[in-house]
Amino acid sequence: MKGQHRFINRRTKVVIWTVILAIVLIFVYMFGILIPDEAVAGSFLNAKLPPSWEHFFGTDALGRDLFMRTLKGLSVSMTVGIAASLIGAVIAVFVGIVAATGSQYADAFVNWIIDLVMSVPHTILIILISFAFGRGLKGLLIGIAATHWCSLARLIRGEVLQLRAEQYVAVSRKLGKSGGWVLMHHLLPHLVPQFFVGLILMFPHAILHEASISFLGFGLPPEQPAIGIILSESMRYLSTGMWWSAVLPGLVLVMIVLLVDRMGEYLRAIIDPYSAQQ
Amino acid sequence: MNEALKRIVRVFFTYSVRTISLLLAVSAISFVLVNASPINPVQQYIIGFGTAVSPQQRAEIEDYWGVNEPPIERYFSWLSEVLHGNLGESALYRRPVAAVIGERFWNSLALMLCAWLLSGVIGFGLGCVMGMYQDRWADKIIKKCCYILSSVPTFWLGLVFLLVFSVWLKWFPIGFSAPIGVRGEDVTFGQRLYHLILPAFTLSLASFSNIALHTRQKLIDVFNSEYVLFARARGEGKWTILCRHGLRNILFPALTLQFASFAELFGGSVMAENVFSYPGLGSAVSAAGLNGDVPLLLGITLFSALFVSAGNMIANLLYGVINPQVRAFAEAGRNGGFV
Amino acid sequence: MEQKNGTLLEIHDLSVSFRMYDYDEFRHNDIRRRLKQTDLQVISDLHLIVNPGEIVAVAGSSGSGKSLLASAILGILPDNATVRGHLHYKGEEMTAARQRQLRGTEIALVPQSVAFLDPLMKVGAQVDGHRRPRQTERRKSLFQRFGLPDKTPQLYPFQLSGGMARRVLVSTALISEAQLIIADEPTPGMSLNQALEALRLFREMADEGKAVILITHDIDLAIEFADRVAVFYAGTTVETAFASDFKSGPDALRHPYSKALWNALPQNGFLPIEGFQPYAGNLPGGCLFAPRCPYKTPQCIAEIPPIREVRGGEVRCQHEMNF
Repeated sequence: MKGQHRFINRRTKVVIWTVILAIVLIFVYMFGILIPDEAVAGSFLNAKLPPSWEHFFGTDALGRDLFMRTLKGLSVSMTVGIAASLIGAVIAVFVGIVAATGSQYADAFVNWIIDLVMSVPHTILIILISFAFGRGLKGLLIGIAATHWCSLARLIRGEVLQLRAEQYVAVSRKLGKSGGWVLMHHLLPHLVPQFFVGLILMFPHAILHEASISFLGFGLPPEQPAIGIILSESMRYLSTGMWWSAVLPGLVLVMIVLLVDRMGEYLRAIIDPYSAQQ
Repeated sequence: MNEALKRIVRVFFTYSVRTISLLLAVSAISFVLVNASPINPVQQYIIGFGTAVSPQQRAEIEDYWGVNEPPIERYFSWLSEVLHGNLGESALYRRPVAAVIGERFWNSLALMLCAWLLSGVIGFGLGCVMGMYQDRWADKIIKKCCYILSSVPTFWLGLVFLLVFSVWLKWFPIGFSAPIGVRGEDVTFGQRLYHLILPAFTLSLASFSNIALHTRQKLIDVFNSEYVLFARARGEGKWTILCRHGLRNILFPALTLQFASFAELFGGSVMAENVFSYPGLGSAVSAAGLNGDVPLLLGITLFSALFVSAGNMIANLLYGVINPQVRAFAEAGRNGGFV
Repeated sequence: MEQKNGTLLEIHDLSVSFRMYDYDEFRHNDIRRRLKQTDLQVISDLHLIVNPGEIVAVAGSSGSGKSLLASAILGILPDNATVRGHLHYKGEEMTAARQRQLRGTEIALVPQSVAFLDPLMKVGAQVDGHRRPRQTERRKSLFQRFGLPDKTPQLYPFQLSGGMARRVLVSTALISEAQLIIADEPTPGMSLNQALEALRLFREMADEGKAVILITHDIDLAIEFADRVAVFYAGTTVETAFASDFKSGPDALRHPYSKALWNALPQNGFLPIEGFQPYAGNLPGGCLFAPRCPYKTPQCIAEIPPIREVRGGEVRCQHEMNF
């Protein structure tokens, strides 16, 4: 062993990185929200400008500033992503607990339902759900939430089964505590970290799906500055050489997804140092 | 081997029952979903004619759709039609849905098959490289690439490829000059192949990271196993071990995983086909959704579920084939280890 | 530590340690849990000489690092292991490159269990090994001699019975022309007859001029079939005695632990030894047996006793009382 002192150890470093990432994400989010509508208004004088100091990402065919539009779109996507993952994570916890604590049939049924959700390609299932709600935000949210809870539900189920086998839970039961009491005092507190890590790891998938579905035209209405819609519009002008409208917004989306993914992994490392070693 | 055959038959049978129940549920749920939609299929169908229809014609169409029947009856009459092979008529293409699916499926199949093979080969190969050079620079770089690629949306990757390979380098055609979904009848085989390359490449790049990371982990597990320790004790080198023990032990799980990923493949093809306006099921399903073509939407949904189930079935059967050996491995592991 | 002529394998002061990363989860409850790097010493200052034509048993209780000795000789320890000391094969220093040449050709391992066979590879191909030309004829005659059924080469490892698996594992070593065979716990799971058969086989090989290192926790077996017994304790050999010394009784033995071991044998009174074998990571500073030794002196605790030759055997103990 070397004799050097490390004032910042690995764990602290992870915590610091998580906080930095969270601040960056919140900053991007707030910035996008606070952009006024005028900043993304069209102006035919400025149409189809390549990236410059004035317009970092250039402008689109209607002369709208793409940097502002992308950031605004990102915050819209993030809102959808957070909401959909939250719904998905709540479904997952509920379903996971039912599967683990309910009867054998309930477990089998949950398994069957998960197989059911997995047996239709998610893109198509979201299209169907979006169609059912007449396209738009509501259908998009429900569609993404409905397709993203499965793996977390399986995880929660496993966790609860393991907890139920613990001795203190058995002792609680012997002491005559009700199932609900055990659930509230022994099971749910242990599921909180799983819930948050699952939520954050679900989030990038949700954003990607949101962008994809909006790109296809089933998600947010075309006047919304969502990333999928910007990219869908850019496709029309691809052959005219407007590369910036396709490349840059997508690049920002990928970066945000990577950041969130990283943050989820860090968070997992903080909560569970052993599994994070893999 | 008789034992293995029996096992396969049993797996096949139980899985078939499960698959049928799932397909029925998919049909019911998708039927409920499209019926809940505020978009009126009859209206969409009539709009498709482009000319005014007489009230009598309208009544005939409504009768065909069974609009005036209660929903449950409607579902069962639709289901019995489907089971008889009648998926209805596509409002968008003015042809029977079964014919549209039949024709477009071959296009999609060509695309998905190419992407599937390509992603399987690339993923497996890179996974082996990563596993062999665990924690060295090659492993670290490829692993990073895999993580990044799994965060890149398929459609954006397609857009970038279009930009680079079609607009700038002009190697491949720009597929979207025609409106989405109406091409495909008067295209030659050569052109079709030409149109296939870029979407297939996009789709495979978007999906190989999963198999690569899986293969990496499996290979690392193999290299940490007792039988590899013994192989080393007998003087086998790293590459000999890969060929003699590695491939043998990781190929089947990788193949199983690859078959179980048909849902992701189909979902990815929806995106790729739309970016490249490739005339397959994926572009048809989004066109159907956007134009309120309910029969086509339902038909493709059912078909995609069938497709995914087929992949899962193959994965399960494969697993059934290797299962006795998997069980044996577990038993062997219990007989004590190296300190 | 001069070389003796004619020895097959000499091991001097062999130490093996593993670098581990420790979380110290229970010691530090605060957020700044340290990721501590520690070296776990599993084999310390081990001394062993193997001559052609003899069976040397390495005997000790489980958890004493016996199996790692086999890995260390073959040079197949994991990457995080550090090896110090000297290994000589036929008088030649064993480097990593030399070990690579020797394994599977001059030195062969008989592994503990069927888990050391590839679960998805047929037994025949596995016994043949990777070297070309294939030794198929030799394998056939070996299998015949072991009375293995004709279909054996076509079976997968999981289809072998315990006795068959053992004979197959021994075949993997015999198919090579190895001069030194390291058998790692070859007998557990076998019936008495099978065990005797396997050990007779090793005896035969030794009589042909080869040498066998028999790693075992079964002292009785070791005494019965080995020429010499190296008593292994907490990662080192505390004594190397003739097998006959164990038969003569505790007075012929040289180390307090060997004597205690003798007394613990069922036929000799079944007297247990007080205390526990120390685990790697908290080994005592001086003599490794000192904490449990009835004869310990301050000097025992202060320093590691040197190897001494006593009555033809070797012992790592400084007491004069018995010799």
